[in-house]
Amino acid sequence: MLLENEAGALARTVGLFAQRGYNVDSLAVAPVDDGSVSRVTIMTAGDDRRIEQIIKQLNKLIEVIKIVDITEDSHIERELLLVKVRIHNNRQKDLQRLIASAGGSIVDSNQDIYTLEITGEPLAIDSLLEALPGIAQLMEMVRSGVLGITKGSKILAL
Amino acid sequence: MEQEYKIDPEQAEMSGGEALVRALVDAGVEYIFGYPGGAALHIYDALFKQNRIEHILVRHEQAATHMADGYARATGKPGVVLVTSGPGASNTITGIATAHMDSIPVIVISAQVPFDQIGTDAFQETDMIGLSRPVVKHSFLVMKPELIPEAVAKAFYIAQTGRPGPVVIDIPKDMTDPAVQFPYRYPEKVFMRSYNPADTGHPGQIRRALDLLLAAKRPVIYVGGGAIQGNASAELSSLVTRLGFPVVQTLMGLGAVPASARESLGMLGMHGTYEANMAMHHADLIFSIGARFDDRVTNNPDKFSPQARIIHLDIDPASISKIINANVPIVGLAKPTLRKMNELLVRSGRQPDSEALAAWWKRIEEWRQAHGLRQDFEEEGNSAIMPQKVIQLLHEITEGNAFVVSDVGQHQMFAAQYYHFDEPRRWINSGGLGTMGFGLPAAMGIALTRPDNPVVVVTGEGSIQMNIQELSTCKQYGLPIKIISLNNEALGMVKQWQDISYGGRHSSSTYQGSLPDFAALAESYGHLGIRISRPSDLRPVMERVFSAEMADRLVFLDIMVDPNEHVYPMAIKGGGMNDMMLSKDMRT
Ligand SMILES: Cc1ncc(C[n+]2csc(CCOP(=O)(O)OP(=O)(O)O)c2C)c(N)n1
Ligand SMILES: [Mg+2]
Repeated sequence: MLLENEAGALARTVGLFAQRGYNVDSLAVAPVDDGSVSRVTIMTAGDDRRIEQIIKQLNKLIEVIKIVDITEDSHIERELLLVKVRIHNNRQKDLQRLIASAGGSIVDSNQDIYTLEITGEPLAIDSLLEALPGIAQLMEMVRSGVLGITKGSKILAL
Repeated sequence: MEQEYKIDPEQAEMSGGEALVRALVDAGVEYIFGYPGGAALHIYDALFKQNRIEHILVRHEQAATHMADGYARATGKPGVVLVTSGPGASNTITGIATAHMDSIPVIVISAQVPFDQIGTDAFQETDMIGLSRPVVKHSFLVMKPELIPEAVAKAFYIAQTGRPGPVVIDIPKDMTDPAVQFPYRYPEKVFMRSYNPADTGHPGQIRRALDLLLAAKRPVIYVGGGAIQGNASAELSSLVTRLGFPVVQTLMGLGAVPASARESLGMLGMHGTYEANMAMHHADLIFSIGARFDDRVTNNPDKFSPQARIIHLDIDPASISKIINANVPIVGLAKPTLRKMNELLVRSGRQPDSEALAAWWKRIEEWRQAHGLRQDFEEEGNSAIMPQKVIQLLHEITEGNAFVVSDVGQHQMFAAQYYHFDEPRRWINSGGLGTMGFGLPAAMGIALTRPDNPVVVVTGEGSIQMNIQELSTCKQYGLPIKIISLNNEALGMVKQWQDISYGGRHSSSTYQGSLPDFAALAESYGHLGIRISRPSDLRPVMERVFSAEMADRLVFLDIMVDPNEHVYPMAIKGGGMNDMMLSKDMRT
């Protein structure tokens, strides 16, 4: 959704989820366009009726400019993962191969500590995280939350 | 945001405090209900130096919010509250929540600690924006003094348009500093790209609705507070008369259609009439206008009106299909949408199915005959005064013209059932939040406007004690309110539930002889207090209370009523709308 980039607007959005008992599975926010709006991608779960209620309730917030359920159309989901690992003995090659196959890169390395960066669909990131422990010990990770955009000519913009 | 501003060439520069007061004048404000304190003192000084707005000094900030709310409900204009930071602000929360639940336009201006002290746990700091967030339509934190007029203009616009509701403006003390001066600019028009409330419903949906209405065999028009807030009574009444359909009204909708109209079946829901609830349950079409299928109406939603198709007209899309799925949703204001429907009906000359309608009315009359609201309360025969009789008499003596402002409990339901409202904005009560303590202050907000008709509070000895300190404010401003207290020496509604569902165990619902002498209490505040308990005193004393000789006085009439009386009908928990208790020992 597009939200006025104003003090308190995000608190209202998140507060609404808490007040009405909806779950936020993932949330990604940053200013876009001329900086006066924030683009927010929220992942939540529920049947059609619940999602419809969530959208209607969000729309009632004065600062919400536009909101769409992008899962109604074919769309693209992306998430960024940064993960720091300590590599198991002699598994450098395996790590490089795994990262390359996931389209990621090694952004920092210091002896046996590696920091990796991968962008992909949330599911792809999940499966990478499942594969990693065979090669390296997971030390720290940070995920951006999911970003979404519809395919084709349909847009969500001012 | 592009705004057009009104610039006053004569008054070139002013402070934030002066700009706030000036903006309120420009917004059409006549009264402010408030209570001062440190962070608000610049504003209070600006108020002192002008005479366009009258400030009403309350005795508790919660009461200020209810006063503003009562004023708004009766006049249709937003009510304005001014409080200091910290406890002043937090004391308004119950009042804001009350207004929010019933969609009432109230503007609460809370002073805040100076901007650079926010977040430091400063003296009398409370995060008012955060505290009020779940119960406001919107809120503003003023971060530059010159933005105060714009915040006021936006607050008024937001509070009154779309689905109305309360708006908070939180103003740090340094924003109103007299040393900081700037040119005053009030936006003539407010434009917000993210806020575009609906107007008339979609023509296609209106046409579909008319088709369903005209094809219906057992229609019911179900009217809520939105019809009153939306000032749609005239349009609604002509639609009802034109179609000849039965009308039921929610607790919030009473008066939207005259109770004396042939088509009116009275109130529906938990304590609604038998015929209203039966008609809803057996309907094949329900046209909901400004109502929201509240749980106090539907009872168990799974058993709600099994055969009915639903047309749902509401200004708030989120209210539509929230509880009960609508077959024809119409997002729009009641007034222009109903006007459009009337026009289309007249133009097309189409008529409803009169044969089916006659049969439907016959069934409804049978229901009414069988179990209509009990009316035969003797005036003098009983040993105790019956609370319902008090309301019947109140209606008779005030000729149905009073503003009846109630608190919350059994007395509220008796008032709703037995004072038949023929006009909108005459029945004032906290329906959504059910706030005890609402009655007296809300009535004060109405009495201030000096209406021609009496302002009556119907209350209980429990509720009145939640804001009884306002008797002092009534003295200060000479508010001639008539307080009718149905004193059953108990939290009657709680006790009724305990009788029905908890084996008569009256856990903390009685006072063990600790009640004050309310008549003496009222006297000590400088009013007239009267206590009665004998049925034979009721009529003569009520007549005296409403006589011309008492017109300028506040009278507190403490009426000892039958403590064992219950409110019936009462919905049976978990059932459909057709499942009701009709008396202590009769069920449907
Ligand atoms: C602020 C608040 N607290 C508690 C309640 C719950 N409650 C609903 S009705 C009621 C009893 C009201 O007693 P009274 O005002 O004497 O009215 P009665 O039912 O006896 O007519 C209570 C405690 C409420 N509605 N509001
Ligand atoms: Mg009582």
